[in-house]
Amino acid sequence: MVRRVKRTGWLLCMPGFVVLAVAFVWPMIILARMSLNETADTGAMVETFSLATYRKLAEDSFTWQMTADSLLLSATCATFALLLAYPMALLLFRSTSRFRHLLAIVAVAPLLVSGTARVIGWLAILGDRGMINNILRFVGLGVQPLINNWTGVRIGLTESVMPYAMLALLGGFGRLDRLLEEAAATLGAGPMRRFWRVTFPLTLPAVTAAWLLAFVLTVSAFITPHLMGGGRVFVLATEIFDAASVTLDWPAAAALSIYALVLLMLLLGAQATLLRKRRT
Amino acid sequence: MKVGWITRLLATLGYGFLLAPIILVCIISVSADNYLGFPPSSLSLRWFVALSQNSEMLSAARTSLLLSATVTLIALAVGLPAALAVARGWAPPVVGLLLSAPLLLPSLVIGLALLIVLQPLALLATLPGLALAHLVVVMPFVVRIMTTSLAGLPPDLDDAAATLGASPWRSFWRITVPLALPGVIASATLAFLVSFDEVVISLFLVGPRLTTLSVAMFRYTERHADPLVAAVAVTLVAITVVVVLSVDRLVGFSRTIGRVS
Repeated sequence: MVRRVKRTGWLLCMPGFVVLAVAFVWPMIILARMSLNETADTGAMVETFSLATYRKLAEDSFTWQMTADSLLLSATCATFALLLAYPMALLLFRSTSRFRHLLAIVAVAPLLVSGTARVIGWLAILGDRGMINNILRFVGLGVQPLINNWTGVRIGLTESVMPYAMLALLGGFGRLDRLLEEAAATLGAGPMRRFWRVTFPLTLPAVTAAWLLAFVLTVSAFITPHLMGGGRVFVLATEIFDAASVTLDWPAAAALSIYALVLLMLLLGAQATLLRKRRT
Repeated sequence: MKVGWITRLLATLGYGFLLAPIILVCIISVSADNYLGFPPSSLSLRWFVALSQNSEMLSAARTSLLLSATVTLIALAVGLPAALAVARGWAPPVVGLLLSAPLLLPSLVIGLALLIVLQPLALLATLPGLALAHLVVVMPFVVRIMTTSLAGLPPDLDDAAATLGASPWRSFWRITVPLALPGVIASATLAFLVSFDEVVISLFLVGPRLTTLSVAMFRYTERHADPLVAAVAVTLVAITVVVVLSVDRLVGFSRTIGRVS
């Protein structure tokens, strides 16, 4: 009986496994294989089995510059997203207002709005005829370039990961015990001291988890850097896309993808080690 | 514990930053200007009119509707049996994680991999090619939500039905299916929304012959800086809100989804 149930179980999972194999595992293998091909100087692809494409990337100083820029951008955006989302999560956690539930929904609702539309909103705020520049012009400060550069990408990307940071923070705030805060207050600790000595340390694991999530998501983000950067901001994701559909250099695009995957895996590995260390 | 004024102030700032682009999108969708700016010089519905006459956007919207509906149905057909197997303990829980593996990778990389595989098969810019691609990212949501939803059903009811003489088939249709229906509707809604909103993978796989609405919006924004896309976005948000609210009324979305996280 048990064996028959087991077999039924696997049979039920079969369609899912077939889809996974055909549309995910197989393409990923082909992608890895593609990265071992070469691109001739004429632009034509040469079927070989070598690390030449990787070598070319490693020797190009642009690759390293772009990696450093990407990681710095992600670290900056993850930090800003956390700085902005932390008070929101704290408010939601502490609030007893009847709008609490609504506020929580509003904080993650931007996920339902397409990324392109949110970029349009930012263009209307940051563009040359946008809200901020109209204010600057009004007070006589002149127009500041806020889009088609790193500033625009930083702002747009920070906003685009905030809902995810919120979700991670709210999920981890469970360890925060109101009684401990109240105890600190009873013992005479002021609000500032209470926050830095009790509240913040208790929520630190949630902050770390949310920061890493935001970091990983911004490393792989494409829409915002592409549209807000206006072709002048080069990060890993935009480079992969350009190699694949502008210069049509598939081996380079594939090698960059594998490189990005290894980077992300190292980051996730570091996260796992970090979390395990804290637990013991 | 009372919320301090510093927390209140900073949280307001955070909410303002988070919601600013969405509020602006709503405002400029009724702008009368030819450019993306704020404040608009005057208000009009001209961009909604322009949208209703833009054949590119409309045909992309039709493609997206057809594609997302197809993907939702296939994802349910493929994901439900797997979720049932995991929920009933017929298959190890690791199956759920395995089927969610595509969500761990950047969709840009999945898109590129699918481009390389589908191009020699002449499946670029075709419905089957796009459906296969969307299935990879939609299936994990169906499997996850349905596993939690099905695991919440008391298995005793099936046993009771069996004791009362119902065949396994009959008890499946009369007991399991009706009880699982809210979960099915919730995961179908989410599957549809995820597929409809997917842009990065599709970007690699569409062509001039066939494109999805989210890709058309992206391409339009690359070339033009006017409020047309804002009009599309507001229309979509309005439809989404109506759909989500009515599904919530019907089956309690927050209950079904809430259990997942």
